[in-house]
Amino acid sequence: MPQKQIGNATIDVDADGFMTNLSQWTRDIAAALAKEEGIAELTAAHWKVIEYMQKEFKENGAVPTVRKINKSGVISTKELYEIFPGGPVKKAARIAGLAKPVGCV
Amino acid sequence: MEDKIKKVSIIISKGTLDGVYAGLIMANGARMEGIEANLFFAFFGLDAIIKKRMGKIKVATVGNPGMHMASLLGVLPGMSAMATSMMLKTMDKLDIPPVPEFIEMVVDAGCKLYACKVSVDMFKVKKEDFCPQVDSIITVGDFYEKAAGGEIIFI
Repeated sequence: MPQKQIGNATIDVDADGFMTNLSQWTRDIAAALAKEEGIAELTAAHWKVIEYMQKEFKENGAVPTVRKINKSGVISTKELYEIFPGGPVKKAARIAGLAKPVGCV
Repeated sequence: MEDKIKKVSIIISKGTLDGVYAGLIMANGARMEGIEANLFFAFFGLDAIIKKRMGKIKVATVGNPGMHMASLLGVLPGMSAMATSMMLKTMDKLDIPPVPEFIEMVVDAGCKLYACKVSVDMFKVKKEDFCPQVDSIITVGDFYEKAAGGEIIFI
């Protein structure tokens, strides 16, 4: 399994760079992954989405869909696309240390 | 590695459930990958953006071999409504929203919606008959201009 060095930490990742062990995730790692995704700084809105997605992932074993995120009241679809430009669910899931989303919607 | 697709322009020309959903799912999926997306509604596809029809898009139970049932059964009253409602329930579980909500979702995702001018003239519908998410009524020429530099998908 490939590994990736972030600062002093080593994380296990899959072929697409998604973390495979959520217990290795820290807020510093999230910030570093965000930079790779072109997000210079994670704001309160980003953290809210990240925390919600991690909670959902732990409960259901899957990354929530855009529709589910919108319905949760955490953030609107429009804002989600604004703060994670160029692919909201994929980017947010990667920053949150979750698996690559597998759904089509 | 091949160049990444940067833009897609999808034409929905069918007013059936499968036609409309195919277009919406492709457009939404494009936006989820950061791909620019345009949806162009033509002919019977217009039903998907007409306020009083968009919530009533149905699956065809007659002349549709994919239904795997005798066409004679398909003509029975209520058959199409029943098949549609069953499919919508399954889709809802997969987080595929009903058409009006889906239209809102793709537009919030940054997809642009256009109605085909010649179809609008033919069916005698007006701009105010469309849901507010529709950007404008455009000609085929305008469509090609907006689609320039990207892929075109016809459904």
